[in-house]
Amino acid sequence: MLKIDNLKVSLEEEEKQIIKGLSLTINSGEVHAIMGPNGSGKSTLSSVLAGKAGYTVDSGKVNFDETDLFETEVEERAALGIFMAFQYPIEIPGVGNMNFLRTALNSQRKTRGQEELNAADFLKLVREIAKDLEISDEMMRRPVNVGASGGEKKRNEILQMCLLEPRFVILDETDSGLDVDAMKLVSKGVNKFSSSSRSFLVITHYQRLLNYIVPDFVHIMVDGKIVKTGDKNLALHVEETGYKDFL
Amino acid sequence: MTDSYEVREVIDKETLSAVKSVGETYKYGFATDIETEYAPIGLNEDIVRLISKKNEEPSWMLEWRLKAYKRWTKLKQPDWALLKIPKIDFQDQYYYARPANMKERPKSLDEVDPKLLETYSKLGIPLTEQKKLAGVIEENYEEKPQDRKVAVDAVFDSVSVGTTFKEELKAAGVIFCSISEAIQEYPELVKKYLGSVVPISDNFFACLNSAVFSDGSFVYIPEGVKCPMELSTYFRINAENTGQFERTLIVAENNAYVSYLEGCTAPQRDESQLHAAVVELVILDDAEIKYSTVQNWFPGDENGVGGIYNFVTKRADCRGKNAKVMWTQVETGSAITWKYPSCVLKGDNSSGEFYSIAITNNMQQADTGTKMIHLGKNTNSRIVSKGISAGKAQNTYRGLVQIGGRSQNSRNFTQCDSLLIGNKCGAHTVPYIEVNNSSARAEHEATTSKVDEDQLFYCMQRGIGEEDAVALIVNGFCKEVLQALPMEFAMEAQKLVAISLEGSVG
Ligand SMILES: Nc1ncnc2c1ncn2[C@@H]1O[C@H](COP(=O)(O)OP(=O)(O)OP(=O)(O)O)[C@@H](O)[C@H]1O
Ligand SMILES: [Mg+2]
Repeated sequence: MLKIDNLKVSLEEEEKQIIKGLSLTINSGEVHAIMGPNGSGKSTLSSVLAGKAGYTVDSGKVNFDETDLFETEVEERAALGIFMAFQYPIEIPGVGNMNFLRTALNSQRKTRGQEELNAADFLKLVREIAKDLEISDEMMRRPVNVGASGGEKKRNEILQMCLLEPRFVILDETDSGLDVDAMKLVSKGVNKFSSSSRSFLVITHYQRLLNYIVPDFVHIMVDGKIVKTGDKNLALHVEETGYKDFL
Repeated sequence: MTDSYEVREVIDKETLSAVKSVGETYKYGFATDIETEYAPIGLNEDIVRLISKKNEEPSWMLEWRLKAYKRWTKLKQPDWALLKIPKIDFQDQYYYARPANMKERPKSLDEVDPKLLETYSKLGIPLTEQKKLAGVIEENYEEKPQDRKVAVDAVFDSVSVGTTFKEELKAAGVIFCSISEAIQEYPELVKKYLGSVVPISDNFFACLNSAVFSDGSFVYIPEGVKCPMELSTYFRINAENTGQFERTLIVAENNAYVSYLEGCTAPQRDESQLHAAVVELVILDDAEIKYSTVQNWFPGDENGVGGIYNFVTKRADCRGKNAKVMWTQVETGSAITWKYPSCVLKGDNSSGEFYSIAITNNMQQADTGTKMIHLGKNTNSRIVSKGISAGKAQNTYRGLVQIGGRSQNSRNFTQCDSLLIGNKCGAHTVPYIEVNNSSARAEHEATTSKVDEDQLFYCMQRGIGEEDAVALIVNGFCKEVLQALPMEFAMEAQKLVAISLEGSVG
């Protein structure tokens, strides 16, 4: 599904390479976890996959199925089914959640040549998902992420994921800031959503999440490269000894 | 209540699809091919006499006009605004234009030229007495559909074409007609109030208007009457090289209430055109007027060629105790906007509110804001201004808050936010605050920001295209003002916000 081939990425503003030759192949239905010290480039990798501006691709390529990602606009990538749950979800004052969600969903459907969802079906869908994630009506009425707590924002990201039904999901530290109950809710949401045709890239600092969302592969990222790949036991090892073995 | 959020949300959604369906930037730019009768070009006493004669006015009205004209010849065009105004040759334009077949005032809408009716229907303003369905309601399956009536006075160039729902309004005691008709039919009311809020010699443009205004709307709400429907006037400039000078007078007697809206459009032309209107509101004890404007005059092209020069004087006089006025304006059009809807808070406990969205794109310039003059005790004013600048446009908020020595315990709150799109445009805030009373308080908050890259990326990562994302974010920025509009116009306004920003990104 996703194939990253020897990717090197620098900041646009300064001559600083963040991703320094990274290769990774993710097949349909697989769950990959990435762990790594602060500043190793995990969020940068997510942003580059999603198409955020401000980075220069020095070399390498990324294919999503047959599509060359670097030839594809941000919103087109979204319509292809790439979703990124932000490490720090963005607030949009004055724009209601419902409006935002409906606009996003119908924009994607339009890009894919599908019919727009009518108001009644849309509402029904959102309500079901919100209920599963225990997100209140009052929350839904607020502007996007405005006045929401850290944990509420993360849950909102998962709600967006469930609604938009992407095929490839990046969860960038979605577990950070969640209390135990919220973590279970979110994991439940993710697991309910996962299927043989969907893949996940889960970025986390804590092994705990991986008890709920069980990875097929765990990668250790240090200084812009994947330095070690293993199974879920690798996460347990990191939890115990830290990253010193990989530096 | 639990489902109230869907209602508004759906509005926003409509906006985006509407924007997509609009192929061109200014969709009201067509001209109506109709035989037009002009007064001779230029301005002098004879032109003033001619306009008065065309409107079959009584002599007192002509005297009033001539006085204004004499005064105007001694005034100088003001130059204090942050505007680059090309020299306007007041002798090189027409001051009166009307469709040739409007010589006789049509007695009813059935007698109006179908071409004119068609023009308004093309603009989305059907001049029929059908109920206007608010678009939101269609999708709101939770509440019972309700239809709302909106009465329209349609002004085409210099004349009023017709007014809808007149009879029904009359039955409620409300007078809603063109000002030219009011001068003939209700001379005592007009004499009493015309010029009582904006005096003849108030300023250069108001003075010019007083001399040459040709039509406009008149509204009179008698004591204790709540106007049974929204009233609106739709101004259309069609004739070339012709100024439009309309005059609106609204009087709310004790305990009366009315909500009024004006809309404006003009054809797309290379030559700039002048529009100088005067609006006077008189509000007596416990009465309230809500006055909303959706101004979408042709803004000129992206190089600044053509467009309307919009010089407008609007003022509300809260004469009575507990009088209330609310100005809401969405200014998206015009090449130049010079406009400061004001509130004179004379009555004790009276209040004035000003909600404004001013959008300038490409080469547009706007210098707009308000004046809050607190004279009575315990008076309140609130100013919420949202300025959006894109392209190479310049956008200035200019506002005066004046609290007089006898205006005890009065309050003002001002919130003034500017949003910049791109880095070739400008936003300026010019507040004047004069508080002459130790028990009074004025608060002023101002912010300037850019459309946030992270917000854009977030929207786009969710699949929303860049222009839609900008429209969404800007509508969010303006929310507080959009919510102040009557619901059926809030939708229009949102579309307009999106449309006027087309081409501002990428
Ligand atoms: N826009 C930017 N401007 C300046 N530095 C940047 C920018 N984006 C990333 N960096 C730098 O690149 C490096 C990698 O950052 P990144 O956010 O990808 O790390 P991370 O692995 O996600 O860390 P964490 O675990 O703390 O979330 C850091 O040193 C960071 O400061
Ligand atoms: Mg990170």
